[in-house]
Amino acid sequence: MSTASRDIIVSNSLGLHARPAMQFVDLANQFRSKVTVSKGGGEPYDADGKSVMQMIILAATQGTPLRICAEGDDADAAVEKLARLFQDKFGEE
Amino acid sequence: MKLKDFIVTDAIVPQLAATDRDGALRELADALVHAEALPPSAVDAVVAALIKREQNGSTGFGKGVAVPHVKHPSVKRMAGTIGRSVTGIDFAALDHQPVFMVFLLLSPENQPQQHLQAMNIVFSNLQRDMFRRFLRQSPTREAIVDLLDEADQRP
Repeated sequence: MSTASRDIIVSNSLGLHARPAMQFVDLANQFRSKVTVSKGGGEPYDADGKSVMQMIILAATQGTPLRICAEGDDADAAVEKLARLFQDKFGEE
Repeated sequence: MKLKDFIVTDAIVPQLAATDRDGALRELADALVHAEALPPSAVDAVVAALIKREQNGSTGFGKGVAVPHVKHPSVKRMAGTIGRSVTGIDFAALDHQPVFMVFLLLSPENQPQQHLQAMNIVFSNLQRDMFRRFLRQSPTREAIVDLLDEADQRP
């Protein structure tokens, strides 16, 4: 069992709306690790990275810092791949 | 942001006549027209856009709930409504279960932050078992509006 985490910033202009949230959850479900996405600041929230509803509740707009955490035997790979979605702006723009 | 900031209460449909997805989208869009929250000239284009959005990926996120939404140039001010189905509607939901509650949301273009805020408040409530249970059991518009008022008063 290992844990991994990565801090990212939402960079696509539409933010984490339904489609990217679903894209994230689809990818997270390919890993055995538990995935959590956390938002700090004034309205902190820890979303289950495998729940579309919770990911949408993050309401993460462009520029929002988030932390992706994974816990499980494939945690490193999960964080690496999931962070890349944000880097690639979910294929937008 | 509160639910009643964008839910047009006059457009709430407590018992949808439609039994299929596209019919329900049309019925709710028509209700927004009747409540003067959507220009009649825009309704066909908006319904087409909502259907296209569903075809690209269902907004039936599970737990008997669907949240069809679209940004459209004819929408000047964010407007949403709620439809309740007694029989359940096939929305090709992620959990393959029928949908009993439809939250339809129309947003203007170029206001992604407002859209995310509205989705946040909708899903924060829909996550709550009690909210979903009461909504499914609210047979009239008045009962649904009461439920929204209660939800909006929660800190």
